Amino acid sequence: MNDSAIVLTLAAAVAAGTPLALAALGELLTERAGVLNLGVEGMMLLGAVTAFLVGDATADPWLGLVTGMLTGGALAAVHAFLSVTMRANQIVAGLALVIFGTGLSTFLGQPVEGRPLTARITTAAVPVLADIPVAGRILFQQDLVVYATWALVLAATFYLTRTRAGLSLRAVGESPATADAMGVRVAATRYAHTIAGGLLAGAGGAYLILARVPSWSQAATTNGVGWIALALVVFSSWRPLRLLAGAYLFGAALRANFALQAAGVRGIPAEVLALLPYLLTIAVMIGLSFSDLRRRAGAPAALGLPYVRDER
Amino acid sequence: MSGQSASGARRSGADAASSAEAPVVEARGVGKVFPGVTANAGVDLAVRRGEVHALLGENGAGKSTLASILCGLYQPDEGTVLVDGRPVTLRNPRDGLARGIGMVHQHFRLVERFTVAENIVLGDRRQPLVLSAGRVRSAMVELGERYGLSIDPDARVGDLAVGEQQRVEITKMLYRGVDVLLLDEPTAVLTPQEADALFTTLRAMAADGKAVVLISHKLGEVLAVADRVTVLRDGRVVGAVAADATDRHQLATMMVGREVDLSPRRAQSPPGVAVLDVRGVSLRPPGRPARLAGVSLQVHAGEVVGVAGVAGNGQRELAEVVAGLRAPTEGTVVVAGRGTTGRGARAARGAGLAYVPEDRLGTGLAPSLSIADNLLLTRPLGFFVDRRTATADARCVIERFDVKATGPAAAVRGLSGGNVQKVLLGRELSDSCTVLVVASPTRGLDVGAIEFVRDLLDERRRGGVGVLLLSEDLDEIRALADRILVLFEGRIVLERAGGDADLTELGLAMAGAGA
Repeated sequence: MNDSAIVLTLAAAVAAGTPLALAALGELLTERAGVLNLGVEGMMLLGAVTAFLVGDATADPWLGLVTGMLTGGALAAVHAFLSVTMRANQIVAGLALVIFGTGLSTFLGQPVEGRPLTARITTAAVPVLADIPVAGRILFQQDLVVYATWALVLAATFYLTRTRAGLSLRAVGESPATADAMGVRVAATRYAHTIAGGLLAGAGGAYLILARVPSWSQAATTNGVGWIALALVVFSSWRPLRLLAGAYLFGAALRANFALQAAGVRGIPAEVLALLPYLLTIAVMIGLSFSDLRRRAGAPAALGLPYVRDER
Repeated sequence: MSGQSASGARRSGADAASSAEAPVVEARGVGKVFPGVTANAGVDLAVRRGEVHALLGENGAGKSTLASILCGLYQPDEGTVLVDGRPVTLRNPRDGLARGIGMVHQHFRLVERFTVAENIVLGDRRQPLVLSAGRVRSAMVELGERYGLSIDPDARVGDLAVGEQQRVEITKMLYRGVDVLLLDEPTAVLTPQEADALFTTLRAMAADGKAVVLISHKLGEVLAVADRVTVLRDGRVVGAVAADATDRHQLATMMVGREVDLSPRRAQSPPGVAVLDVRGVSLRPPGRPARLAGVSLQVHAGEVVGVAGVAGNGQRELAEVVAGLRAPTEGTVVVAGRGTTGRGARAARGAGLAYVPEDRLGTGLAPSLSIADNLLLTRPLGFFVDRRTATADARCVIERFDVKATGPAAAVRGLSGGNVQKVLLGRELSDSCTVLVVASPTRGLDVGAIEFVRDLLDERRRGGVGVLLLSEDLDEIRALADRILVLFEGRIVLERAGGDADLTELGLAMAGAGA
């Protein structure tokens, strides 16, 4: 039972959904502050390549993870500067981040393209819990990053709904003028959460290379996960718990290809199955492109809008 | 209309504050310039504890700018703000709140998706890091009892009526412990009953030793609730007077800078031929109650026909059917002898109809286009646009209607309410029209602009235009109309000659009790 194809697939879905969950949770925090950062893919790639280089050089995957987070955060800081301080068009700034992150990661990764990484984040089964039938195999024979992601999701939920800072954050995303009038520091809040988003996107990218993908390859490392993360934020209605569930659903879609082949399902070409997560993304985006739906889904009202106080 | 009943409670608090005490907040020589506009110049204002101090002035006189400077939202370009006699620099609203100065803006600063309680604790550093609902609740109950502000803490702000949202704003400021509360045009969104309740709250605050600054352009409410009045015009202080030592006439003259005549105007000559003929018009959206049911009316050349009614009783629909924006389910509309029923706005305009909608920036004008481009919208255009003529036209309108703007290229969005209306009227009236449909033409305008608009409509009437005036404001209808119709639930329930219409009778008909 524990090693049945379905259990293994679900365990793989959790693992595959984790980088997605990290990156999307970061974007969720950013968007809750009213900043739209489309540069997730760029931040993930740069986080992945720097994590690889440092992990490879030091043979310490955790140092690699921290490095990946920091580069993701640094790239997000650029986005915060452009969109909060310079009030640039956030869509353009975000896309610029993707182009920059892709280019720089290709350049940095050139010498190590295709080289396998030996210093990896390994499975750390939770004592006792890992022995629970089925659930133990799916949930508790994972690595520390998977567990940390759950903690982060719970912490984010608590932060958003119960704390003073979370209330200020939501107000900044909904109505920056109100937040400003009530003494909340709008620019500082936006900077902090944009950078936090970058740290998490960097972590997601780093985790991909440190735990999931065996060797660095610019094209194959993220595989568009950064874009899926953007759709996932929308899919989750900007709520962390739903986001986690969504990440595992997308993770399952990413793994469905292998699972169905292994299960001997024929008739559906492998290419079509590989398309599944992307089709799911497109479906979500189309649904949410209706502004009415978007508002009802809970999109922050000031998402993507720069805030200027002295406007008449 | 507004708040005479609150005057009984007036001035009880003012005696508590002796004039020797330093003003709680004071502006000295304050100046503020925005691109193209001097909003404030050399403004002095002193507000004392225990008084309701009115800032009176027309739109664009600089009242809101002054209040925004006092609460820390704007920084003055020159001059000083003093709190309790000491000069202070308020860099942002947070500084203002820390000094006990709070403002209720005309557009509320509320997060609609938050509950009342969440809005009240937002940005409050005295709250624990992890929020608890109990503290706020008990404080709200106490404030509610003391000042007559009751609101459900768990209600979502977006679900509340405007008057309730305003109470949330005031409660929020009181909860933050403000000593000075600035309110920007607070009655603009209230019914007369709600305004009275607000005035009672403001008087209670003053009696409690707080200072209330009431920004307004309504003479009646200023006289009813304020202890002192500072009048602003063109960004400067014209004078400061005690409310019981002045009257409407003096205030209006100070505010506008000249004598104002708001007396009724009627047609001087008998009406001519019918220029607008509406017969049996009904509008029945499928599956919903009828918006209009068998409305017939005629407007003759040289006559103003006023259609009164409470909002939502079909005036907007009637205006849109006449203007060709909606096709009626039944009935016909004839403009100057040409049938235009359901043939669109272009046909109606072609027949000689001009339309000034109530929703000026939504239906009337394109907010982000310039004045010149907005004037072009109703002109017959060829393939190419003649920019030189357009600019000249715009200059003409700006001059003739005294529009305060930087020039023909100024975006309409940046103009004040009165100036927006002037641009719209400038466009609709400079055409050679025979029928003019105007909806709430003076809503939100100040005294000077109201006089201007009424004069303009009167002038059109004397020029032989048939005017259909739709408004919720009975004063406006009574000041202009030669005939008054009352619309209730899509039907005309009363018709009276303009001169002898009785206010009570009209009011009852509007409420559906008259017919």
